[in-house]
Amino acid sequence: MKILSKQERAALLDPLFNDNPIALQVLGICSALAVTTKMQTAFVMSLAVLGVLVGSNVAVSMIRKGLPASIRIIVELTIIASLVIITDQILKAVVYDISKQLTVFIGLIITNCIIMGRAEAYAIQNPVKLSFLDAVGNSAGYAMILMYVAFFRELFGSGTLFGYQVLNPTTDGGWYIKNGFMVLSPAAFLLIGVFIWVLRTRYPEQIEEEINAGALFESRGHRHLR
Amino acid sequence: MQPSVAQVVRFAAAVCVVCAVAVSSAAVGLKDRQEANKLLDRQSKVLGVAGLIEPGQKLSSDEAQSMFDEYIVSIPVELQTGEVAEGVDVQSYDQRVATQDPALSRTAPANTAKVPRLPNVALVYQVMVDGEVDKLIFPIEGMGLWSTLYGYIALEADLEQVAGITFYEHGETAGLGGEVDNPRWQALWPGRQVFDEDGAPAIEVIKGTAGPVETDPYRIDGLAGATLTSRGVTNLIHLWLGPDGFGPYLDSYRAEVSAP
Repeated sequence: MKILSKQERAALLDPLFNDNPIALQVLGICSALAVTTKMQTAFVMSLAVLGVLVGSNVAVSMIRKGLPASIRIIVELTIIASLVIITDQILKAVVYDISKQLTVFIGLIITNCIIMGRAEAYAIQNPVKLSFLDAVGNSAGYAMILMYVAFFRELFGSGTLFGYQVLNPTTDGGWYIKNGFMVLSPAAFLLIGVFIWVLRTRYPEQIEEEINAGALFESRGHRHLR
Repeated sequence: MQPSVAQVVRFAAAVCVVCAVAVSSAAVGLKDRQEANKLLDRQSKVLGVAGLIEPGQKLSSDEAQSMFDEYIVSIPVELQTGEVAEGVDVQSYDQRVATQDPALSRTAPANTAKVPRLPNVALVYQVMVDGEVDKLIFPIEGMGLWSTLYGYIALEADLEQVAGITFYEHGETAGLGGEVDNPRWQALWPGRQVFDEDGAPAIEVIKGTAGPVETDPYRIDGLAGATLTSRGVTNLIHLWLGPDGFGPYLDSYRAEVSAP
């Protein structure tokens, strides 16, 4: 007996490589630039996004049948904003030090396009279980990129991984000259770019055929309706 | 079928109630732990800059509180007069909240640390060893490159030398300005002279490398690649240890110590 049907597996696994929210949908990269100087902050950020996305997808999916279309967006936003505040409160109570480092970026999950995007594109028209799997899959896809970017930025920018020293930097009397570029936001752009490049070399069907905003928008729309 | 206006309103109201209950119960339910975390964080930083605990050492709330009770005396100071403020609960006094409250703060005079408001009252922590004041710890804050840096500076009881410096909150670039957190950089501070002969703050974070304490007592190595953060640190120390900051308190403290 299969635990997950084909559709369920697709909801869970597609967002990792086939339909990654950052690499293909290019959503939510603002926070991917901001919180990836250290793996620890990237990890906690990923967990926060997981919590919010699962909560919002499940909630939106549960109420999707009674949800009046005219107030659809504002209801989704209310749910997301509430979940973000709760997540922020929990982080402040449980991992105070890290929540201090994440500062405004937890609050900014509200504006993270992945959350709203998944609610609008998926949860609003799919049952709870599928929406849940879609949320887990998309958070995992988001987390994967965050961790990948943070790995290189922390390793080459600070010489550490998860705060543990790997390369002994000159500022601590060692040999490794820290790469100052890696701690700045453009480094994350570069790393995400490399990831997208590798991904699209491996899966050529992800390459957009026309560089035309209208056509791009339309193709996105169709993809979500699939 | 289109839902009626009443249905839409009912739906919206229900969503609001559910969300409001969830958010407020989270906020109320977690408040105690958040407050405890905040207090522990502040106490740990004060104990750290006082040299009573190792950098990075983690304390439980109880340990921090008992060490705090044993070694630290918190003194609320009226910044403008330098006198001890009456009727301030030092346990719960939050300088940052007070700074936002027009009744408890004032517009700061123009200053290079770009601090817009100054609180009327600020806490000075005296570190007591064997009944004598061993060190004085002052809260400091001011603009770096992107963000406001919040921290503490500890001075020896004779107010001549720095005993330590730490920052507990800032949003500077990790690895550049964020190196204000580097213990190796902070270790450059103890022993440096703070005030010139006239009692004005003279210590300065320079661009490049400062000499040894004996020959170059007023200067500290700059943070590589973070000239503006380094300058910000200089500016905020000059503000808080100068006439608009703890200057009046420092004058009265000096007078008290030198009095026979």
